[in-house]
Amino acid sequence: MLQPINVSLESLNLVTLAPMLIAIVGGLVILILDLINEKLHKSLYVMLTILLLVVDFGATLGLGVNERGFFDVMLIDGISIISQLMIIVASIIFIPLALTSKRFHEYSYPEFFALFLFMIAGFQFMVASDNLILIFVGLETASLSLYTLIALHNRANSFEAAVKYFTMGALAAAFYAMGSAVVYGLTGSVELYKVAEVLATRMNETGLMIAIFGSSVLLLVAFAFKLSLFPFHTWAPDVYEGAAAPLVGYMSVVPKIAAFVVSIRIFGMYIDLGVEWVRVTLLVMAVLTMTMANIMALVQEDVKRMLAYSSISHAGFIMAALALDTTEGTTAIFLYYALFMFTNLGAFAMLWISRRKKKAFSNRYDHPYSKFAGFIKIMPVGATIMALFMLSLAGVPPFSLFWGKIYVMQAAVNSGYIWLAVVMGLNSAIAAYYYLKLIVYMFLMEPVKKVDVIYYNLSKPLMVVIGFATIATVGAIFYVQPLVSYLYYMISASGY
Amino acid sequence: MDNILSILVFFPAIAGLLGFIVDKESARVYGITVAAIEFLLSIWLWVSFDASNAGMQFVEMIPLIPDFGVSYYLGVDGISLFILIMAALMTLIGMISMSITENIKNMIITLLFLEMTMMGVFVALDAIIFYLFWELSLVPMLYIIGAWGGNLRIYASVKFFLYTFAGSLIMLVGMLFVAYIYHNLTGVWSFAITDWYALVLPVEYQLWLFGAFFFGFAIKVPMFPFHTWLPYAHGQAPTIGSVILAAVLLKMGTYGFVRFSLPMFPDASVMMITPIAVISIIMIIYTAMVAYAQKDIKQVIAYSSVSHMGIIMLGIFAMNAEGISGSVFQMLSHGIVSGALFMLVGMIYDRRHTKMLDEFGGLAAVMPKYAVIFGIMLMASVGLPLTIGFVGEFLVLLGFYQISPVMTLLAGTSIIIGAIYMLTIYKRTFFGPVTNEANKVLKDLTPTETWSLIPLVAIVIWLGVYPKPVLEPIDNSVKAMLEFMDEKAITKEAKELIIVAKSNQGGA
Repeated sequence: MLQPINVSLESLNLVTLAPMLIAIVGGLVILILDLINEKLHKSLYVMLTILLLVVDFGATLGLGVNERGFFDVMLIDGISIISQLMIIVASIIFIPLALTSKRFHEYSYPEFFALFLFMIAGFQFMVASDNLILIFVGLETASLSLYTLIALHNRANSFEAAVKYFTMGALAAAFYAMGSAVVYGLTGSVELYKVAEVLATRMNETGLMIAIFGSSVLLLVAFAFKLSLFPFHTWAPDVYEGAAAPLVGYMSVVPKIAAFVVSIRIFGMYIDLGVEWVRVTLLVMAVLTMTMANIMALVQEDVKRMLAYSSISHAGFIMAALALDTTEGTTAIFLYYALFMFTNLGAFAMLWISRRKKKAFSNRYDHPYSKFAGFIKIMPVGATIMALFMLSLAGVPPFSLFWGKIYVMQAAVNSGYIWLAVVMGLNSAIAAYYYLKLIVYMFLMEPVKKVDVIYYNLSKPLMVVIGFATIATVGAIFYVQPLVSYLYYMISASGY
Repeated sequence: MDNILSILVFFPAIAGLLGFIVDKESARVYGITVAAIEFLLSIWLWVSFDASNAGMQFVEMIPLIPDFGVSYYLGVDGISLFILIMAALMTLIGMISMSITENIKNMIITLLFLEMTMMGVFVALDAIIFYLFWELSLVPMLYIIGAWGGNLRIYASVKFFLYTFAGSLIMLVGMLFVAYIYHNLTGVWSFAITDWYALVLPVEYQLWLFGAFFFGFAIKVPMFPFHTWLPYAHGQAPTIGSVILAAVLLKMGTYGFVRFSLPMFPDASVMMITPIAVISIIMIIYTAMVAYAQKDIKQVIAYSSVSHMGIIMLGIFAMNAEGISGSVFQMLSHGIVSGALFMLVGMIYDRRHTKMLDEFGGLAAVMPKYAVIFGIMLMASVGLPLTIGFVGEFLVLLGFYQISPVMTLLAGTSIIIGAIYMLTIYKRTFFGPVTNEANKVLKDLTPTETWSLIPLVAIVIWLGVYPKPVLEPIDNSVKAMLEFMDEKAITKEAKELIIVAKSNQGGA
């Protein structure tokens, strides 16, 4: 006779699930609203999504640090809270970009907003667990939604982008599943903290290293795809080119935050166990990523592709911080993304408002450099704002990303990796060239054609978003201190 | 006004922001007024400056990012005071004499922002704030060269930006490493230079860090072989760009050596005397010879700038009061003289739209006032006694003589080569018959041009005859710095070398 298992509701600690449930229920509500009345305007859905995200934000903020819940698969530690907060903030900035003055296909479907909320729930699951299966479920939920969001843009190259991303994503998922299977086979557990315990006791066994090697290589490949690290980055520029500009800005931040959190958990564990070559591999990949992506960005003719390569290069920067596996290094990851988020979303929003349905400047590209020639004479304010974003991405002080950069470099110096800091410095100098190229086009060249309006797509909500991103970029010096101390506190509280 | 430094830094920036609203037609007057107020503020700073106090004055400190040790920390001493005043003066005079009419409003706003960054660099006492202004100064200059420059302007501006940016990133790594050492020793994060001064670093660290800072500063100076960006930048820049670049931006590099490298790494600095002196002498002689070979007047002055910067570098690494004070003084004199020379070349370019030497000849007959002022500035540049150029150059050579008479002799040839190429230009431009028809109808200096140059002529002669009011505060601060370096030095050679310098202090 089986013993009945009593599960008390308190022990489930269901509040840990609240943020994701809000997003999922919100998505369902949007679908139901559409069922009742088909003719609702996109602005309703945008505002509804923002409101749901605000509630989600509040629920996340209210979580206690270092709690577990729901059969102990949910892990609410410092990094899961800050990463969820960052994901939600980035989403709140992103979604009003739907309110363009021109009509774009995807936003007329309420499914877009429902899928968007499901995706956020997926990312939240990913970062709020150390259970390899739940991470996988979150990853797939989020990724499948994201592929659909890209395809909804409804152009030939966005279908291409979606399919390419899907294929690569599926491959990465397969590698992830295989890697997890090896880990499970080794330790009999899919919970990372138990995996770490078991591995720690067995570290001196002969032959174990090969198995650890296998598992970590498989997982490394999976996340290198997701984080678009060299040499698994080749999908990124094409996908970024095909997707809608704001979505690209979003994709270069939010999925990467989620993937970085999981990487911190998994690879941090390996490094803590003393598997030094994981660190070496990560460092090599990080250096190659930032350097190669930078060199490839130099020769791009399209601003969007250039920004795609630049965000790959920034991911390399952050990967280097991860490989340090110190509290400062981990803080640097989040600080960097928190600052990068505003600047990058702002830069892509600037591309978005200049988007025309027809390609007026080039047969191949939407945003060739020549489109921005003489921008200062046509729209001085727009050119100045875009230049600020570029300078910030290049790491010119006092704009936001400079503080992220010196924090990463300081973390590298503090761990004794001075050569890494020097490599980062040289890479920033290379990167300055292609950011500068856009500034040169905007400020120093004459307009190519007689263009009256470049801001084809501008509307008040977009101006608010861009204004907000600009303030966050320029005024970074004033909020870096509270941000750093909050991040540092949360991260050290959860033991990273 | 205890916070006069903040006002000096942010007044031009605020004025620049408000300048967006000012009408295009009135932008020029607006800019000149703002620059004049800024200059008066800098004079006020001098008046309220206590010349007998060798330390930092008007110190302001507000923690900005305490967790990271970054604070808004400003101060001024005898070394930076006069560079500040010179920067304000050259901006003002450059603006008055400016002949640009196209996009004048953008130019004025850019210049005002540039003025903020220049002020910021010379008053910052926090390494990150220093770095912030240092990097930020590239952006307005990029725009000035790139938007108003000659045919190759975009290449020249991008080259200028990338060279300096790459060098300073290496310097940034050095700064982060110093902060890390400071944190290790004290448990506190700090980027304040005055805190860093207290660090006594092992010689090996000093050498590496000296190297890291060297990249940042040497590219800016520019030292041979990193000088290749400068002729392009000068060749393509509009007159106002060249004036500011030569007068102020180059001084950031040499100022960096005095402010960072010497007091922080005294032993490494002493060990590096010979290599740096060799590079400086190559700079002095080689670029002087290159200058002689130029066909373009502006390029001659650009290369002579590099040559004079070599003298300044040599003086800094003389490691004694005469040398360093002489260097700081030479920074001022070079700022004023080369700025004036670039303005003069700009004036003839506005008239003839060419800068080629063989287009001119016999100008003294057509433009007497121009010839006189050009002649005075030229003599000052060569270092004729009783002009401002002589004082600095003499002190530098006197200072370095104590280190190595042979090298001093070599450096002294710069005066001779300088005289050769400068007098050749003068001869070919101003003397002889007027051969070119176009030159016969040239107008002499307009009143605006004359009156913008006369203050500079006055300063050149005043400080050439009686440099004491300026030299004394510089000397005080330099001596305090040397004493401090001596206390801090750990190797025997460094101690001895700096003591030798002290025993000769009476000389100046």
